[in-house]
Amino acid sequence: MWLLNSSIGKKLIMSISGIFLILFLLFHMSMNVTAIFSEEAYNWICAFLGSNWYAVAGTLVLAAGVVIHILYSIMLTLQNRKARGNDRYAVNTRPKNVEWASQNMFVLGLVVIGFMVLHFAQFWYKMMFAELMGHHAVDLGGTMVSTTAGAEFIKYYFSQPLIAVLYLVWYVALWFHLTHGFWSAIQTIGWSNAIWLKRWQVISNILATVICLGFAFVTIVFFLKACL
Amino acid sequence: MDKNINITLKVWRQKGPKEKGAFETYQLKDISQGSSFLEMLDILNEQLVNDGKDPVVFDHDCREGICGMCSLYIDGHPHGPDSSITTCQLHMRKFNDGATITVEPWRSAGFPVVRDLMVDRYAYDKIIQAGGFVSVNTGGVPDANAIPIPKKDADLAMDAAACIGCGACAAACKNGSAMLFVSAKVSQLALLPQGRAEAARRAKAMVAKMDELGFGNCTNTRACEAECPKDVSISNIARLNREFVKAKLQD
Ligand code: HEM
Ligand code: SF4
Ligand code: FES
Repeated sequence: MWLLNSSIGKKLIMSISGIFLILFLLFHMSMNVTAIFSEEAYNWICAFLGSNWYAVAGTLVLAAGVVIHILYSIMLTLQNRKARGNDRYAVNTRPKNVEWASQNMFVLGLVVIGFMVLHFAQFWYKMMFAELMGHHAVDLGGTMVSTTAGAEFIKYYFSQPLIAVLYLVWYVALWFHLTHGFWSAIQTIGWSNAIWLKRWQVISNILATVICLGFAFVTIVFFLKACL
Repeated sequence: MDKNINITLKVWRQKGPKEKGAFETYQLKDISQGSSFLEMLDILNEQLVNDGKDPVVFDHDCREGICGMCSLYIDGHPHGPDSSITTCQLHMRKFNDGATITVEPWRSAGFPVVRDLMVDRYAYDKIIQAGGFVSVNTGGVPDANAIPIPKKDADLAMDAAACIGCGACAAACKNGSAMLFVSAKVSQLALLPQGRAEAARRAKAMVAKMDELGFGNCTNTRACEAECPKDVSISNIARLNREFVKAKLQD
């Protein structure tokens, strides 16, 4: 099967899974921004997405997307290291036009996944997972909170300076990954040419900035609210 | 004004493909900045031979930027610090008096070192042999205007055909990918009616050979394009991806 065997096929899997994850991030970010305007609406969304089997199925599809993206990133990165050979250059330069992110996608991905584990432990495990286990309330810093009261979780975690900063670092790594990732994915699919390449790069930067600023906005607003 | 400069050269020396290599340092005095980089290496070799030592082995042929034989990774750049030229077109006026210049061979698993600075680039020929041609019946010469070709397509095909197969793309790539070369060779034919007929077969065969030879997977870093002496654009890589996926979906 060419999709699994050829270099371009494997890159296509990387690209499609990456775009799928970007679409999810767009959705997730919009959902979070709601919390700034109305905690009630946000809790309603959490309740809707927590108790619904479609949402659980969606989560499984999403998890498959993440696993595929990571598996192929490992496979491709290992192959690329082998293709490069054991002898390294003594002098290394990065020509202009070559983005730093483009040469560090795997490392950036590792940072993203590291924080993802933290995020899952803090939110998903205590919300959707707890609910699936039949609990309707969990202990959050000494008080019992409903598993669907997403806004309480946000308030609790983002009031802690260290956690807020860690999340901001996460968004920065994600921003770098996406500024290269999006146009690279389009180029891999083949939807690019000399003119569109520049446009896709601009769109990549805008997309990455909108996504990461959206997340950062929520984190910062709730941190400041806690301080006041 | 060109003057004469003194330079220090750090050159990779390696006796054979399996031997361990190392850098050797040489001093050169009174090199005219008007001389080419390869002429400077000729002077070094003369000096080495006169001292009873082995000359440095490096590839070259036309010395006018058209054959693709010269290579060399100079101060961190394939074909040296100047842009849009081959090593044989590089002049010593690009370097200052007292400079230390590091010269390495292409380093990529697809291009094993033969000796010193010479690498085996036969892999690129194998990719061409897999499909980088048009199977023609040699008949009479057709009239030049018999097949009209839009100017835009002709220009794009010519830009891709400028590729001289030097290997700088794979040498520059952190993934050891040959995609810029393969995409240029697929594009130069796919864009023209004469090559279009076999476009699907060609894209599949050349990519399969490229993968089989162990070249890496492109992550669109654009290092190839920045170092290519012929300014081949990565829009060719987008075209190759398109041609390849289209060909596979048609099967
Ligand atoms: C929210 C999570 C993520 C999103 C939205 C995302 C998105 C993307 C996109 C769109 C691409 C471009 C695909 C292409 O060039 O064809 C990409 C490439 C890549 N990603 Fe991710 N990614 C995520 C997480 C990760 C993780 C967790 C890892 C690994 C540990 C990772 C490693 C890579 C690597 C190695 C590439 C290849 C670079 C390239 O081919 O340009 N990513 N990612
Ligand atoms: S694409 Fe450029 S760098 Fe690569 S082989 Fe052709 S001329 Fe050399
Ligand atoms: S020797 Fe022919 S291109 Fe440099």
